[in-house]
Amino acid sequence: MSVEASGFLPINLLTGFLGSGKTTLLKRILADPAFADTAVLINEFGEIGLDHDLVESVDGEMVLLRSGCVCCTVRDDLATALKELYSRRERGLLPPFRRVIIESTGLADPFPVLSTIKADPVLRHHFCAGNVITTVDTVNGLRQLDTYIESNRQVAVADRLIVTKADLEADSKGDSLRARLRTLNPDAPILTAADPNLDLSSLVAVQSDVSPSGSLSQSGFYCEEPVRLVSSDGVPHQAAISSISLSIDRPVDWTAFGLWLTMLLNRHGERVLRVKGILNLNGEERPVAVHGVQHLVHTPVHMDGWPSEDRSSRLVFILDGLDGALLKRSFEAFTLAHMPVVASCQIAAAR
Amino acid sequence: MCSLCGVLGGNEHWTDAAARPGVFTRNHASFDRRRERAERVRAANEMLSGFGLVLSDWQGASFVLSTRTGRSEIIEDLGHLWPAAERLVGRYCDPLDLAFVARMEGRHVG
Repeated sequence: MSVEASGFLPINLLTGFLGSGKTTLLKRILADPAFADTAVLINEFGEIGLDHDLVESVDGEMVLLRSGCVCCTVRDDLATALKELYSRRERGLLPPFRRVIIESTGLADPFPVLSTIKADPVLRHHFCAGNVITTVDTVNGLRQLDTYIESNRQVAVADRLIVTKADLEADSKGDSLRARLRTLNPDAPILTAADPNLDLSSLVAVQSDVSPSGSLSQSGFYCEEPVRLVSSDGVPHQAAISSISLSIDRPVDWTAFGLWLTMLLNRHGERVLRVKGILNLNGEERPVAVHGVQHLVHTPVHMDGWPSEDRSSRLVFILDGLDGALLKRSFEAFTLAHMPVVASCQIAAAR
Repeated sequence: MCSLCGVLGGNEHWTDAAARPGVFTRNHASFDRRRERAERVRAANEMLSGFGLVLSDWQGASFVLSTRTGRSEIIEDLGHLWPAAERLVGRYCDPLDLAFVARMEGRHVG
């Protein structure tokens, strides 16, 4: 069932390091008629620098954009702003927007936004978490990834990665950045802002709306194998952030998996930046897609069918400071009786 | 709204969302639902025994987590299991603890 059909309004989060091009991308989105049914929340209205001829005032805090988007500032806390937005929509004071985009200026970690939606008893009945869209600057991105853990975390939790300013740098630097991004986040599609064929609507398209055959993931839906990154002396980097990919070629028990993952996230949730995968469950014909960010695991998606002939379960974990090999061993011990993870286990160090 | 605790809306946890019979169904297939809950309790107890804890079903609606000395907590779903377990035993329940992993590996042997 699509998000739209479910009646929940998806909240997409636009994040990225300072100067990485979030606002430029947001302005481009807002100018697109395809996003007319979008409400936008930004931290401070002034930061977006919208031209006056693009907007008209609705009241002191909200504006209606020419494209039809509703724009609102986050004055107090996020939950209050979202409730007010929804209330106005229901009362007919605002156009019936179908999605929300939040620009996360000043929020290095997307997790608080996602957890706000899930934790609030009112919000969780009207909204659901959409995509996390992260912009990465070709000019400064590699240096920021080397220097700031926040930048790594923003990339790790992304559902869509947007490389910006690619036209300002040599292709080799862009290639290096992409390789780093792929290592940090093996599954998220990497898009280029300067690409004239960039389909903006793909930024907010949710996975459950995507047919298995028409996957957005370069791997053919979920869980591309991470790249093994090896230093010049042949020894893998001792990384703070790493990814591990598990492939299990027999059915997984949902209860055992749930017990194990809840136990892992309870103790190490802040260091499990992302878990994403597709599971072949005991007693279930169709695959189930799971997707979590830190402590928050989204409601599993029961997919219509398998994306290919491959029926193995595939899971990708992006870890901050956790031992991927130990995590694999723990997964085997807790969820697989007698039979080990046979197909593959690759651990890629990112920093 | 729950008439006992007054919480608006039922508590929903992602572990509830499996398509197996008895997981989603609330108004029919009661045997399947009970069988599913019993399987959850069995699987949980396999992990909890290492901490001296026991989980039991409470009227098909909640679970009771108890220590060997009788201290107990009621939990709604698996999302509350591990924080409650840590409170009751006074130490971390870490699936990456080597000794614990080795013990779980040992249950598969023989």
